[in-house]
Amino acid sequence: MGRTVVYEGELLRHPVYTRFLHWMAGIFFFLALLSGFAIYLPWIFRFFTPLFGGGAMTRLLHPWFGLGFVVFFALQAANWSNPMRWTPSDTRWMGHIRGYISHQDAMEPADVGFFNAGQKMQFWEIVAGCIAFVITGFIMWFPEIFGRALVAISYVIHDIAALIMLFGIFFHIYLSTFGEPHTIQAMTRGTVSEAWAWTHHPAWYKEVTGRDPYQAMGEARQRQERGL
Amino acid sequence: MQREPEVCKLIDTTTCIGCKACEVACVEWNDMPFQPTMFDNTYQTMPDTNWNYWNLIKFNEDQHSDGSFAWLMRKHQCMHCADPGCLRACPADGAIVQYANGIVDFQQENCIGCQFCVSGCPFNIPKFNPSTKKVYKCTLCSDRVGAGLEPACIKSCPTGCLHFGTKDDMKFLAENRAAQLRDVSGFANAGVYDPETIGGTHVIYVLHDLTKPERYGDLPAKPRIPLSFTLWKQFLKPIGLFGAMLGFVGVVLHYIFEGPRVEQPAPPVKRIDPPPPPAEKGN
Repeated sequence: MGRTVVYEGELLRHPVYTRFLHWMAGIFFFLALLSGFAIYLPWIFRFFTPLFGGGAMTRLLHPWFGLGFVVFFALQAANWSNPMRWTPSDTRWMGHIRGYISHQDAMEPADVGFFNAGQKMQFWEIVAGCIAFVITGFIMWFPEIFGRALVAISYVIHDIAALIMLFGIFFHIYLSTFGEPHTIQAMTRGTVSEAWAWTHHPAWYKEVTGRDPYQAMGEARQRQERGL
Repeated sequence: MQREPEVCKLIDTTTCIGCKACEVACVEWNDMPFQPTMFDNTYQTMPDTNWNYWNLIKFNEDQHSDGSFAWLMRKHQCMHCADPGCLRACPADGAIVQYANGIVDFQQENCIGCQFCVSGCPFNIPKFNPSTKKVYKCTLCSDRVGAGLEPACIKSCPTGCLHFGTKDDMKFLAENRAAQLRDVSGFANAGVYDPETIGGTHVIYVLHDLTKPERYGDLPAKPRIPLSFTLWKQFLKPIGLFGAMLGFVGVVLHYIFEGPRVEQPAPPVKRIDPPPPPAEKGN
């Protein structure tokens, strides 16, 4: 079901199943975020609850939105369990994160594979956040079973997990759009240009094309300078 | 200028006979249905209050040091705290209100049914109705008080163990009664229950023994609101939200100061010199 068209000079990045899971998780994430925001503090209650048909409806829907997010993200986690595995090169990458932020090198280090360490960090943060959401969420969903003390503790943990995820989503959106142009194409059409691949994920480029990413970039530069 | 006095209900547990007239009056005035009672080998009507049963006398058999027993009877209902845990916990705008006279009231039309108030209340008062998904509790008969009447329970009490008036008057009355119990009746530890940990309450008790209020059926000596609804909700939550929004500020600043990371080779850009400024023209 569904297909991905790969044009000349492009590489397949995310197949349809991955993209489907990504956007379903994304939709449910924002529904859960906004409905959760609505009941986060009384002074933002009146701005967000009308989106969902009032306070009581917001309260009713929020757990289901959250469940939808967690289910689709869990499927994505299973889908990505292999490329998200942490490696020694990721630890090295984290050591040089300041250089990444300040664009010290135009291209990523040669050992950056399908995902870089920053992406993996965010992925595992969301895994941890989802576990926290599910446990504390069920406690608050059925307080008559779990009791008042557990609800009071869960309330804080749920909030902290949400705040961390909210903090992270800005980086996720920024780096996939304005921060690293043409990245969003990987999640819309499923493909990326070869130049994108050797710039941001050199080891992955080498893996799928068998060519050296730096050499490929150098050749591209020569072609460009010759005006071809 | 007219002063809005804070109202108060005084419950003298030493003169309560456990007749349950206040329970009936509460159900009657608030137009709530008959509740089947539950026999648990005491005189207690049912184990706990309910969403449609806001007032319950708790019967507790208490053993003295000499081996003899006594009933400790306590009318259990909302305490109308000066610093209400339910109100602290509530995320809905206007679902729980505290009037200037001290009454804490639930506005069910604004209630979203999250039950955080249940978690925030140190006295286990708010009760959830699963069919309407709203929370209910004693209103201190705010409808009657607003019309200059005393609450229904007060009106029904045959022994005069219930009093209603301003907080100052009730406090005075209660302290006098406690002093009488101490000096005349031999209750050395008699005192007034008006817990300071939640800023005092608008329902106060005269107890035979103030040192162990727990014996009166889960009356906490030092009622406290969970830190989740005070420290976290009132103080750290807005800071946390601000902190999370710093992520947005961070990416905007990154775009301005560092710019995007583009694919290599970046397209070569030819430098274009700015055109010379146009020559000034005379008038």
